[in-house]
Amino acid sequence: MIHQGKKVIWSDYQKEIPDDHWFYARSCIRQNFFPASEKYFLKITKELLGKAICDNEHHTTCGGIAYHSDTIPQETAMTIIARQFAIMTEAGYENLVVSCITSFGNYNETIETWREFPELEAKIRENLWKACRREFKIPKYVAHASDLIYRFRNEIAEKARYNLIDRHTGQPLKIVEHIGCHYSKMFPHKGFGGAEYPCVLSGMVESWGGQIIDYPERRHCCGYGFRQYHVKANRGYSLSNTYKKFESMEPYHPDAIITNCPGCPYFLDRWQYVISEQTGKTYGQNGYGIPVLTYEELAGLVLGYDPWDLGLQIHQVAVEPLLDKIGIEYDPEAKYLGVNKEDILRPELPTNLKCH
Amino acid sequence: MKENVVIIGGGVAGLEAARQLLSLGYMPIVVERKKSLGGHVAQWNRLFPDMTPTKDLMERLIADTAQANIFTETGIRFINRLKDGYNVMLTNGVNIYSKAVLIATGFGLFDARKKEEYGYGVYDHVITNADLEQWFNGKEDNRIPESPQSIGFVHCVGSRDVKSCNSQCSKVCCMTAVKQAIELKEKFPQAEIYCFYMDLRLFGKKYEDFYISAQKDYGIHFIRGRVSEVSERLEGRLQVKSEDTLSGKPLKVGIDLLVLMSGMVARDENSEIASMLRIQTDSDGFLKSRDNIYSIIESERPGIFFAGACTGTKTVPETVAEARAAALEIHNYLSR
Amino acid sequence: MIDFGFKINPSSTLDLDKADLTLYNKLVRMEPEARMCMACGSCSATCMSAEYSGMSVRKVLLALQRGKDVSMMLSNCMLCGKCTMVCPRGINTRHLILSLCRIYDKEGLK
Repeated sequence: MIHQGKKVIWSDYQKEIPDDHWFYARSCIRQNFFPASEKYFLKITKELLGKAICDNEHHTTCGGIAYHSDTIPQETAMTIIARQFAIMTEAGYENLVVSCITSFGNYNETIETWREFPELEAKIRENLWKACRREFKIPKYVAHASDLIYRFRNEIAEKARYNLIDRHTGQPLKIVEHIGCHYSKMFPHKGFGGAEYPCVLSGMVESWGGQIIDYPERRHCCGYGFRQYHVKANRGYSLSNTYKKFESMEPYHPDAIITNCPGCPYFLDRWQYVISEQTGKTYGQNGYGIPVLTYEELAGLVLGYDPWDLGLQIHQVAVEPLLDKIGIEYDPEAKYLGVNKEDILRPELPTNLKCH
Repeated sequence: MKENVVIIGGGVAGLEAARQLLSLGYMPIVVERKKSLGGHVAQWNRLFPDMTPTKDLMERLIADTAQANIFTETGIRFINRLKDGYNVMLTNGVNIYSKAVLIATGFGLFDARKKEEYGYGVYDHVITNADLEQWFNGKEDNRIPESPQSIGFVHCVGSRDVKSCNSQCSKVCCMTAVKQAIELKEKFPQAEIYCFYMDLRLFGKKYEDFYISAQKDYGIHFIRGRVSEVSERLEGRLQVKSEDTLSGKPLKVGIDLLVLMSGMVARDENSEIASMLRIQTDSDGFLKSRDNIYSIIESERPGIFFAGACTGTKTVPETVAEARAAALEIHNYLSR
Repeated sequence: MIDFGFKINPSSTLDLDKADLTLYNKLVRMEPEARMCMACGSCSATCMSAEYSGMSVRKVLLALQRGKDVSMMLSNCMLCGKCTMVCPRGINTRHLILSLCRIYDKEGLK
């Protein structure tokens, strides 16, 4: 692999990210799957970096899952998005930062569609006005939340308590990145590094001391694929795609996977359990899986936040092997104590995947 | 004193036209941007279908044009149209009056980096057709392994590709791939060689014979499917994906050396030349002929002629034939 | 084993690195012309058996190159020789099928 060659491509796909003043659009599912990720995005950007980020309680889902699962038409999805823009406009913001790759894709798709078909934009404006008497401005900048973390990756590195270095061997940790299909496959120029060799996550990992693994099925879908998962008859496709990725990354013995999208870490994490039940196979060391983290979780870890405050006990795959490699201090007894230090119960243990 | 004819471009087209114009009694003035003559073809090692060493052709062309006035490393600063001719100002300060100007600026080679999914410049063992010819010419290339077990050729890289803004067929690459596959099989008899193609366009004299020989005598595998994605495995071997369209199934194979058949594309400078001479470029970006059947070598302006790949993708024999025709047409024009 | 109601689907990808070409290579040694097929489909179009049985010399040659078993297809050939008449590459397809049957017989595969 010629690293310089990737750098040349990265330089073609850089985008402007304003330094400050963002309106935050949350994901509809992340707070269940990765309960602390969005909280720590706000904590890092607002408290640690001192940025003005507006977290407004009136915004909703972008409708992306329903749109991609064919349960609402594009016009409806666009009207939902128009309402988000209206709330942003009312709050006095022009820069939209989105906490979900599906949403990021939808916002971009909507704005690009309106650019090509202004009559459709006019119609959506009318829909929105009829529905809730709201008006909006199209955001000046649309960024994905990871774009901001990428933009501030070196500031985070300066404030970091830990490096992504295996303290036993002194070698950089080997990290697989997965950016999610809708980050840049639809619009390569909207993503840092483009679609073939994106650098949004690899840039973070390298800034924080880790080493990026580029394996043959890196560009492959995580397996979620909306209808592939949501329709149970198709669920085998979802699992098979994830299986294909793990088989491809296995020879590299990755220490962790960093992800961009709400769906990807969920499926890369949970399907490791299903694969282990169906094939008996596990992909980490000594019967463990490969820990899968969101970029906020990984940022939180290097910044020294408590792993249980970051919600890592909610993951299927145990993160302890990774914490031990980095040398992060944690209290094993506190793993299943909630925010009030009350017991949140323990999950049932899988047959083959070691989880404690 | 002999009458001047300015020829822009010192490749096969420009040199062959110069050779003919000399014998017709004119003084050709060849203006070449590069340091050496011969253009793209001079970089090639051997030419199909007779496997003619390019060196022989080049030596002959250069020897036969020794009497011409040749400026290398020289460009055109501007061209002014006068009443019955053109005033051509070169970048070296030389000013020439010529009643006829022959454009023989040729083509550009598609930059394979633009097809990011093939990983040219990113993966260790991905080269282009042009790189391979340089290697045949003796230039070292550490991307080519010592004893590859499998070699892949990707046809149509940047040609027949609307997304790369090149809808045209580059014409010579199918045959070049077959030729290069045979040449590599001769060098690496143990290697399995795969050609990934959309259509095989082997239209020229003896081309089909080459194809049959590649299959029968050399056992080269032809897979009908365009390569969609290349990646690198842990051991450094490439993983190439395409569809095996004849089986209707996705296909993957490990490859030790991948050769991208970069296509012939219109030169970026064509629009500049066109606006300077107030001629037009065609929808494909090449220079626009008066028509594409009877007057390919003529522009819409009197006194401006074309030869070779500046008007579209051409083989060497087609280019030679056009250069001769253009020389004769210029002679007819100047004798009026 | 837990029944999830779904499982890992088998991949349909043809992995050429894993294709066993023993049969194809044996055939090519006996019938070098087998390599000359350009998949025009004339043989299949004219085959007396194709429309009822799926027999196709083109498919047989392709399947062998992908390391697949073709004995079922071969058993549907009636050896009429029409495919040999139409092959533009002049491949003696009838002889080729007989040679292939001989290889199968020798290997005790059929």
